[in-house]
Amino acid sequence: MSIQGTEDIILEVKNLQTIFKTDTGDVRAVDGVSFKLPKGKTIGIVGESGSGKSITSLSILQLLASNGKITNGEVLYKGDDLLKLTENQMRKLRGNEISMIFQEPMTSLNPVYTVGQQISEALMLHQNMSKKDAFIRSVELLQLVGIPSPDKRVKNYPFELSGGMRQRVMIAMSLACDPEILVADEPTTALDVTIQAQILELIKELQDRLGMSVIFITHDLGVVAETCDYVAVMYAGQVVEYSDIRTLFHQPKLPYTIGLLKSLPRHDIEQDKLEPIKGNVPSPHEMPVGCRFSPRCPAATDLCRTKMPQLETDENGNQVRCWIYTDEWTGEAEVDIYGETRIAKSGGAKTVLPD
Amino acid sequence: MEKQELLKVEGLKQYFPIKGGFLGRTVNHVKAVDDISFTIYEGETVSIVGESGCGKSTTGRAILRLEEPTEGKVEFRGVDLAGLSKRDMRKYRKDLQIIFQDPYASINPRQTVASVLTEAMDIQKVLPANERRGRAEELLETVGLLPYQADRFPHEFSGGQRQRIGIARALSVNPQLIICDEAVSALDVSIQAQVLNLLEELQDEFKLTYLFISHDLGVVRHISDRIIVMYLGKIVEIADKYSLFENPKHPYTKALLSAIPIPDPDKKKERIVLRGDVPSPIDPPSGCRFHTRCPYATEKCQVDVPELRTASSMKEGHEAACHYIEEIESGEKQPNY
Ligand SMILES: Nc1ncnc2c1ncn2[C@@H]1O[C@H](COP(=O)(O)OP(=O)(O)OP(=O)(O)O)[C@@H](O)[C@H]1O
Ligand code: SF4
Ligand SMILES: [Mg+2]
Repeated sequence: MSIQGTEDIILEVKNLQTIFKTDTGDVRAVDGVSFKLPKGKTIGIVGESGSGKSITSLSILQLLASNGKITNGEVLYKGDDLLKLTENQMRKLRGNEISMIFQEPMTSLNPVYTVGQQISEALMLHQNMSKKDAFIRSVELLQLVGIPSPDKRVKNYPFELSGGMRQRVMIAMSLACDPEILVADEPTTALDVTIQAQILELIKELQDRLGMSVIFITHDLGVVAETCDYVAVMYAGQVVEYSDIRTLFHQPKLPYTIGLLKSLPRHDIEQDKLEPIKGNVPSPHEMPVGCRFSPRCPAATDLCRTKMPQLETDENGNQVRCWIYTDEWTGEAEVDIYGETRIAKSGGAKTVLPD
Repeated sequence: MEKQELLKVEGLKQYFPIKGGFLGRTVNHVKAVDDISFTIYEGETVSIVGESGCGKSTTGRAILRLEEPTEGKVEFRGVDLAGLSKRDMRKYRKDLQIIFQDPYASINPRQTVASVLTEAMDIQKVLPANERRGRAEELLETVGLLPYQADRFPHEFSGGQRQRIGIARALSVNPQLIICDEAVSALDVSIQAQVLNLLEELQDEFKLTYLFISHDLGVVRHISDRIIVMYLGKIVEIADKYSLFENPKHPYTKALLSAIPIPDPDKKKERIVLRGDVPSPIDPPSGCRFHTRCPYATEKCQVDVPELRTASSMKEGHEAACHYIEEIESGEKQPNY
């Protein structure tokens, strides 16, 4: 599964940087995010709370709070840089070519309008449909996302629906204009697992049917393994590892990714002990100078603590931001990763950590 | 060694009145917990799992009498807590502690950590007053914080650290049973693993018994000895950890387990997707409460309430409440999706 190969890249984010001005100083919420989304595929963005997943997606759509500003980078959609578009051009694109499902459906549905009115509005705005056609299409969309008795539900207000149904309505709205890209920010986090299973299945099915590309934001590695083709792992505002899904789970490179997988309690296998990552994520106001993971990394060296590593690409197109995988990592360094000593031979991007 | 009963819950019911009309009369009840019984033995970890609204947190709160149970017995070392006067109950408060999901909400933001801890000791008259500060600092070390942090305020700590403060507060009164209500649910995995390991170490060190309430089956498999599965106010299955995950018997347990995504892209498994949403606990389905979503349901299920029982293929202590355990096992009954 090569990323660089022949696949058509529909969206490419390059070195994105987003800063918020706050009373206590600048917050570099996103500071070095790069990834590629091949057409028709799903890329997962994973990371712990505050790592910048939501701000990344809001930056792509340029929907930042007023104190936020994109200060660097490119967002190439079909080759054009979205960051160069006017607000007017962006408005036409949002909801139409790129649409989004948010973390909390209740806050993004308007409580004073019925479900039908809200879907219709999007259709009238973007598709120039008449009110009547838009209403008929709304019922069809509710049917498409598996809402029972859609002709009745279309007249409901959001509070009259269960959490799972609200999320289905959100999906129906986001599909209204047949988007090329769906950005889904934790669309199932607030739901029970049996309802989550329904929604994940729905997204997958719609993607196959409509040929959408999906950016799936989540902190749940299980959901990633199940829904995504590629993954970008974020830590402290940066993409720190990007690879195809099987490599990420079976041969993770970054000490942070390895640590995440070792911290995860699993329901499907017996595990003796969890191996937590020590310490806490850095405060956005006091980012470490070198590698942002260096204060917690069991392999950190002086180089890690003083200089920031860049994303390096290997021969498969997978990327990692870590000194171990560069030519600067000299000799045969012993890397003590979570209680196991592994030898990282200096082989630049080809370095592997043997099991 | 004989297993010692620590807590025995019998026929516990918790109904919440729904007021209606302009007179504000009780027009109906939410049957949050509806006649459940189970026993917890000393030194073990029992978990209650289930989806939102199944009654797992309510059960924890009823045991502690944070809400007065509608009916039933809660015996702690043979004494029925539910029958005690408020005053007599206070004596037991120190034996049974609770840690909540949101450590911030349960800690007074204007109190330093030291005063949060010494206050708890003061209320329960643990240690002479002049030794409490020293004990507070010791407790902070026990939970992996530093003694000098005793004079800091809760907002100066991260989520994981605040959860450690919550644990230190629970420990400060030398409890025997700690109820952990979604205690690690809000934490990021790297921090969650730290806190889970801490809870396990403390259990060994202080011979603690845990009642762990969680919707996260990964966490539950990791921490528990035995597991209780609830659906709409009822227990549908109880089993030791291994039996529950490797040999689940109730169709709801099976569906629940199959719904959890596995963090391994090569492990694709059969998913049982349940129809519809969980029904309202105000007017729960008759018969087996799961019958509206169960792929095996028959007319009998709509009428007869299944009791918890151990079929011949199940280990001792493993019980499930389904009419058709044997028929589903033998393949005689096939699911109807
Ligand atoms: N309007 C804002 N002003 C200042 N800082 C902000 C603002 N919005 C977000 N941030 C900061 O940006 C950083 C990244 O936030 P983001 O919401 O992207 O995290 P996330 O990865 O989506 O986390 P979660 O998993 O909790 O949703 C955080 O430190 C956050 O506090
Ligand atoms: S660059 Fe150094 S500190 Fe950062 S992840 Fe790699 S080894 Fe660890
Ligand atoms: Mg977010």
